[in-house]
Amino acid sequence: MGSKWVLNSERCKGCDLCTSVCPVDIVYLSDTMNRKGYRTVQVTDEEKCISCGFCAMMCPDVAIEVYRPEKEAKK
Amino acid sequence: MKAVFTRPQALSDQATHYCPGCLHGIAHRLVAEALDELDLTERAVGVASVGCSVFTYNYFDCDFQQAAHGRAPAVATGIKRARPDSIVFTYQGDGDLASIGAAEAMHAASRGEKITVIFINNAIYGMTGGQMAPTTLEGQRTTTSPSGRDVSLTGHPLRMSEMLQGLPGVAYLARVSCHDVKHIRQAKQSVQKAFEVQREGLGFAMVELLSNCPTNWGMTPGESLKWLEENMIPYYPIGELKTPEAVTDHGE
Repeated sequence: MGSKWVLNSERCKGCDLCTSVCPVDIVYLSDTMNRKGYRTVQVTDEEKCISCGFCAMMCPDVAIEVYRPEKEAKK
Repeated sequence: MKAVFTRPQALSDQATHYCPGCLHGIAHRLVAEALDELDLTERAVGVASVGCSVFTYNYFDCDFQQAAHGRAPAVATGIKRARPDSIVFTYQGDGDLASIGAAEAMHAASRGEKITVIFINNAIYGMTGGQMAPTTLEGQRTTTSPSGRDVSLTGHPLRMSEMLQGLPGVAYLARVSCHDVKHIRQAKQSVQKAFEVQREGLGFAMVELLSNCPTNWGMTPGESLKWLEENMIPYYPIGELKTPEAVTDHGE
């Protein structure tokens, strides 16, 4: 299974807008720097991600992509 | 995995030069999403302005023309009249559209030119270093109004959308904000409608997007969104000021 939350860390400018809109509060500003010297965002626990896409919608740099797992067919 | 949010095709794959937290990026994305969803990218011709948005032509995968300061609606008029099949939009800030280019915007609207104008209002001159703009709010500190804008000396902030509202050539007029997810969704619908109005040839369409300038407002990006909500929206009320009946409603 692929990732629900994908960050293009070189595009992140560490503006911190995405962290404020996460309804499950898993997006945070990490201490990891990208090549431009910006601190980039990370998720604490991707399992908790509900794929709402709010962080991606709030990102001015389109650095985040969000995916939702396909529902498994009922047996 | 089903994609919930991915980069729009019409947005070229490169980093923008905007400051961290600048809402220009969101405005760009909304335009690109509208072009994608209405399948207009191949016909689209953008007109870039002067200001922070001067490099807009780098960020879209469609044809672009750079206009002289404030003259984007005049250039767009020429392109649209020469190539009526194209979808022409301008992307202008408040220093460009409300100040030096106020006349061009007014006259293009009054002629009912079938163009789409994306107007970014952040109440300050960004690129030149945070000077007072016509849209700067009363009491707002800028580098040229260090003790706050004094309306008895410099007049009142200009409400561009209300000025254009009375012109019969204007088919669609909306003011939206990008300060939270809910308002970004509304903004997306308005930008899309503004392009639909042009596609249907109904007349002049403009969307005013309230935006921020963390750098020149002297705030963190988060604080700037709060300031926008608390100070700009009361003076610049959001909503649709004018709509043609023919435009489909996206169920707001």
